[in-house]
Amino acid sequence: MARLNINGKIHDVEVEPDTPLLWVLREQVGLTGTKYGCGVAACGACSVHVDGVVTRTCTMPVSSFTAEQKIVTIEGLSPDVSHPIQKAWLDLDVPQCGYCQSGQIMAAAALLAANPNPSDADINAEMSNICRCGTYNRIRAAIKQAADTTKRG
Amino acid sequence: MTIAQNLSRRTFLAGSAAATGGLSLGFHVPFAQAQDAATTPEINAWVVIKPDETVVVRVARVEMGQGTLTGLAQLVAEELDADWSKVTTEYPTPGQNVARKRIWGDFQTAGSRGIRGSEDYMRKGAVAARMMLVQAAANEWKVPVGEITTAKGVITHKGSNRTTTYGKVAVAASKLEAPKDVKLRDPKDWTIAGKSVKRLDTAEKLNGKQIYSIDLKLPGMLNAAIKETPYPGGKVKSFDAAKIEKMPGVKKVMQLEDTAVVVVADTWWRAKNALDALEIVWDEGPNASVSSASIAAMLKEGLDAKEAFVGNKAGDVDAALAGAAKKIEAVYSYPYQHHMTMEPMNATAQWTPEKCMVWTATQNAEAALATAVEAAGLPLDKCDVTRLNLGGGFGRRSSSHDFVKQAVLIAKEMPGTPVKLIWSREQDVLHGTFHPTTQCKLVGGLDEKGNVTALRMRISGQSILAALRPQALVNGRDPAQFQGLNAEGPEGQFGYEIPNVLFDHAMRNPPFRPGFWRGVNNNQNAIYLECFVDEMAHAAGQDPLEFRRKMMAKFPKHLAVLNTVAEKAGWGKPAAPGVYRGLAQHMGYGSYVAACAEVSVSDAGELKIHRIVASTDCGHVVNPQQVAAQIEGSFAYGLSALLFGEMTAKNGRMEQENFDTYEVVRMEHMPAVESYPIPSGGFWGGVGEPTIFVAAPAVLNAIFAATGKRIRAVPLKNSDLRKA
Ligand code: FES
Ligand code: FES
Repeated sequence: MARLNINGKIHDVEVEPDTPLLWVLREQVGLTGTKYGCGVAACGACSVHVDGVVTRTCTMPVSSFTAEQKIVTIEGLSPDVSHPIQKAWLDLDVPQCGYCQSGQIMAAAALLAANPNPSDADINAEMSNICRCGTYNRIRAAIKQAADTTKRG
Repeated sequence: MTIAQNLSRRTFLAGSAAATGGLSLGFHVPFAQAQDAATTPEINAWVVIKPDETVVVRVARVEMGQGTLTGLAQLVAEELDADWSKVTTEYPTPGQNVARKRIWGDFQTAGSRGIRGSEDYMRKGAVAARMMLVQAAANEWKVPVGEITTAKGVITHKGSNRTTTYGKVAVAASKLEAPKDVKLRDPKDWTIAGKSVKRLDTAEKLNGKQIYSIDLKLPGMLNAAIKETPYPGGKVKSFDAAKIEKMPGVKKVMQLEDTAVVVVADTWWRAKNALDALEIVWDEGPNASVSSASIAAMLKEGLDAKEAFVGNKAGDVDAALAGAAKKIEAVYSYPYQHHMTMEPMNATAQWTPEKCMVWTATQNAEAALATAVEAAGLPLDKCDVTRLNLGGGFGRRSSSHDFVKQAVLIAKEMPGTPVKLIWSREQDVLHGTFHPTTQCKLVGGLDEKGNVTALRMRISGQSILAALRPQALVNGRDPAQFQGLNAEGPEGQFGYEIPNVLFDHAMRNPPFRPGFWRGVNNNQNAIYLECFVDEMAHAAGQDPLEFRRKMMAKFPKHLAVLNTVAEKAGWGKPAAPGVYRGLAQHMGYGSYVAACAEVSVSDAGELKIHRIVASTDCGHVVNPQQVAAQIEGSFAYGLSALLFGEMTAKNGRMEQENFDTYEVVRMEHMPAVESYPIPSGGFWGGVGEPTIFVAAPAVLNAIFAATGKRIRAVPLKNSDLRKA
């Protein structure tokens, strides 16, 4: 049994303590926007925010979380696709197949929160998620666009 | 008798197997047979207009990232004069297709044919639908159709100042006879097609709402995990099911055929966890000693073998080489590679003695249905496949539907219960349909002036068709091996005039299963050819651009894209200090592509790809910003292959199992990409793959310019790039 704070709601879930948070989100809580890509923390498809920090959930056992930690998934990033990152993504038509994009968006949102004006080098360092469709250049452009609009307020 | 029985199970199985061959079918698709017009406002197979004015475009292709649905919807909306903001898309099922005598044609999305393979009948279907809507209004108003105009879903009769909408006349229109004569709009007059409209499917990819195949949830559904023998030709020897049967959530532990073990549980994580806890002993089978080295030796032997399939021949190569002033020779190689779709293979199946339903992500729903029918042991009209979104395809989801077969066989063991089979990433990597491995020996002859008089290319290696579509072989030989090297044809024409050429293929098939991998045989052929042309230019002491141009007068489209990248990249003008350029051009899937790469290599041998300038002539462009997206994405895919892509074999099995041992391009590796489409009109070429061909050779040629080192083996991670 684990008690989790997900997107502002408390969930009590009945699982083995070593179950990765990814699968608790997908199979117990029913939030399938967070994706499985590798299961070994190598691709970033499973990224969520834990107290604002981008976290790969496929290797994080549910027992390592407390109910005090705020977990935010792609479904909880904004109520209506209104986060500046989501808006920039929409404006530049970033996704291709889209499978990696939940993770990319969560990574980008965390980057922007920590660093409102990321350089190319910052983006290279912080955005290590894999996109097999190759949307990297649009992701970079969208992060910069979101940074600009956020600055302008 | 139902229609489904007309098209017998056997005919369908054979037909859909042929349909997966990746070759043009060219059969006639009727575009105007409405079904059940009284209840469905279906104008014809392609266009449904609802009372609320929503225009539903039915699409036989799938969306796997390339923007295909949006592009096809644009073409239909264009000819229909629809209100773009009201347009949406829908997938018919392959079962519906069979029941309606394959009214939607084939369901394959591969070979960069998503748009070019259906633009004609879909546009005609839209024209017919528009004519029927106009006719319905004309009938109602008792005015001649010629006096009626349409725009944005609104029908107007100026003379009587009356208007109505598509939604209002749709039912009446659907009862009308389809027109025989339909005239397509000149692309010059397009207002929706040809424009950079936004994709229809973006919003749901930004909030986690889009349901991919792996996300499907059905009432009462169980989940399955599978481990197949990693040894091609190997089998399951033993396992002790009792060891894991009591683990939480486990419902069933079973062997599937000779080759796999499956655990079914309430959740997938529990199924996988239990399967990982199970010790399985494998019988390694007949290939236990196969390794990358033994495969390389097998291919090397083919480089000089007597027997080979000739793909392109002109003049007398042997005589010309014997008389050449200068002769150069090189051997190149290309390894096994993995598709690595972000979403691993998966499928959900529900089987009862009466019926079998499958839900999956597939590039060819008819092939998926054929697979399901076979595994289910039920009549064709008792099975169907619902298509769900794909987390990438790249050819993997058309090469084999092994995951569908497995899902059905598992579901058959639990009648009535829907079972979702998800491949772990490890299962997915080990059971890929790999980019085949080949080697190539090239010999070029130059005269005193440095003109190419002869080119001999011997390709040795694995045939995809031999493994996946043996019925497509021609007398045991694989014509697809020569993509981009063909003497003629709209698909992949060799773009140089050389008086004496001989290109042939010695088929050597190692035991690992190959597949269609985005770009397919163009990927290695373009490297072999374009790097060797660079080698010949160097041997002739000539500029690689001028050297190519001399041989391209008869190939104006190939030349135009090459000239475009040369001009836009500033070829002939100095690059930034330390930055060097390389060129490549190639033709495939009906399109002409070229690239100029700019790289630098540090003293420590570190490669940086700064910029790639690309040009493509795909005839018509339906959505420029999506073409640009495909060009960028293709470079990411092609550069992944060049920098890192390699599956290696040891002791009879592949060594890599996940992204931690199979690296791909990430943000930090991605160069700036500038794309310059120069659509010359008059033909339809693909854009999902062609740019991949030129990614690797342009970079390899730039590396040579930077270092003087000629790298002839992919991937680059194995090469020392420090200056020679
Ligand atoms: S699924 Fe977690 S990093 Fe890949
Ligand atoms: S959009 Fe397809 S993997 Fe990133």
